[in-house]
Amino acid sequence: MIHAYKFGTYNIVLDVCSGSVHIVDDVAFEMIGRFENEPKEQILQSVGAKFPELPAQELAECYDQLSALQKAGKLFTPDTFAPIAGELKARTAGVVKALCLHIAHTCNLNCSYCFASQGKYHGERGLMSFEIGKRALDFLVEQSGSRRHLEVDFFGGEPLMNFDVVKKLVAYARKIEPKVGKIFRFTLTTNGMLIDEDVIDFCNRECHNVVLSLDGRKEIHDRFRVDYAGHGSFDRIVPKFQKLVAARGGKNYYMRGTFTHANPDFLKDIQAMLDLGFTELSMEPVVCAPGDPAALTAEDRAVVLSQYEELAKLMISRQKEGRPFTFYHYILDLHAGPCIYKRVSGCGSGTEYLAVTPWGDLYPCHQFVGDEKYKMGDIWSGVTNTGMQRQFAECNVYAREECRDCWARFYCAGGCAANAYHATGSIRGVYKEGCELFRRRVECAIAVQVAREIGEDAE
Amino acid sequence: MKHIQTLETRNLCESAKNGGCGECQTSCCGIANQKCENTESK
Repeated sequence: MIHAYKFGTYNIVLDVCSGSVHIVDDVAFEMIGRFENEPKEQILQSVGAKFPELPAQELAECYDQLSALQKAGKLFTPDTFAPIAGELKARTAGVVKALCLHIAHTCNLNCSYCFASQGKYHGERGLMSFEIGKRALDFLVEQSGSRRHLEVDFFGGEPLMNFDVVKKLVAYARKIEPKVGKIFRFTLTTNGMLIDEDVIDFCNRECHNVVLSLDGRKEIHDRFRVDYAGHGSFDRIVPKFQKLVAARGGKNYYMRGTFTHANPDFLKDIQAMLDLGFTELSMEPVVCAPGDPAALTAEDRAVVLSQYEELAKLMISRQKEGRPFTFYHYILDLHAGPCIYKRVSGCGSGTEYLAVTPWGDLYPCHQFVGDEKYKMGDIWSGVTNTGMQRQFAECNVYAREECRDCWARFYCAGGCAANAYHATGSIRGVYKEGCELFRRRVECAIAVQVAREIGEDAE
Repeated sequence: MKHIQTLETRNLCESAKNGGCGECQTSCCGIANQKCENTESK
């Protein structure tokens, strides 16, 4: 299976099952579209009619080049991966390597679009105690098998509302690291309101990555991200974010924005963040019920699709000017990306990745917290809802009929189970609107890499 | 005349033989935005 598309002046061909990326001229692009369905002579004749100036020998050469790529396993490669789809999860059954630690089920902002109902997750407010957090880290070590890297994200709510416990937990983890032979990687997601010198020093010393919530333009950000008095937070948090990012040397952070019905033209928000000096950016479509005032409409999604393309062109042009920036979804390491096992088995939610509530309950991931039927166990007894865990273990690219024919399946691994659940009521459903946006992002991400490697204009 | 330029990429079929160590970062979805962390397998 291939995916052939045009991006600016590029003709790009992705060989889905080998991962090969080809940039081809118009003749080869025309030929590739017919290659699997027409005999050689017919292809040469019909493509020759489209390019009458080309000698027959040139057409035959082009055909031979395509044939050589096919023989080399870089074009029209068959999909032989279905038998290994469940292998990674079966091989690592019971292993947990990442926790989303809900350190605070409370928040000092009152964002109406918050999927976590202002940090409460449809339940009571609460802060995780050191004892619960310590047990969660011990649980992670106990369940991690031979995995060396363990990941812990401090999440909420607003994690900095429980900062003392965050610091104590990191100190505990650092203390046990040599004894247990593991390396903890901590990340922290914050709305920025409580950032001070102490937080900055801590983050720069201990956090592998920090995720900073900012929606872009002041009027967009302040529309949703308000305190309990209804005042926008933009002016209070931006100087703190700038200080934190400068102290980190401008690396290992993401400005994480959400775009909604209010700003499908989110490229203006990307530009606003660039103007503020931020260069590591992630803007995501809002996740909410259809009909919610913030939800993207069909018209919005059409705007978003074109914005993704304009964003890629902006990245390419700024790269040439020596002013590069990063957009999370356009990071694509063609040389050292994930192996096929990872690409078919998904993010690991409900299996190797779990969320822990302030009271020690386990859920498949942060987006299921508060939905009682998805409770999987707790940090003392481990996963007791093994039927639920099995459902997540069986989630992979080949578990969804619609994914089998999708050219982007090895880039999303079947997509986000939580998004599928919220859109369709089933973790094995397909969130079609999300798929449409995802495919455009992958097309753009590949185009950005092509421009980087062959260095020509995409205009 | 060269009609096709092929970029250097990690071959997914090859990665079926040497991948699957599970050390890569939990993406959370941006699976493809991750890096392989098993330097011996590439």
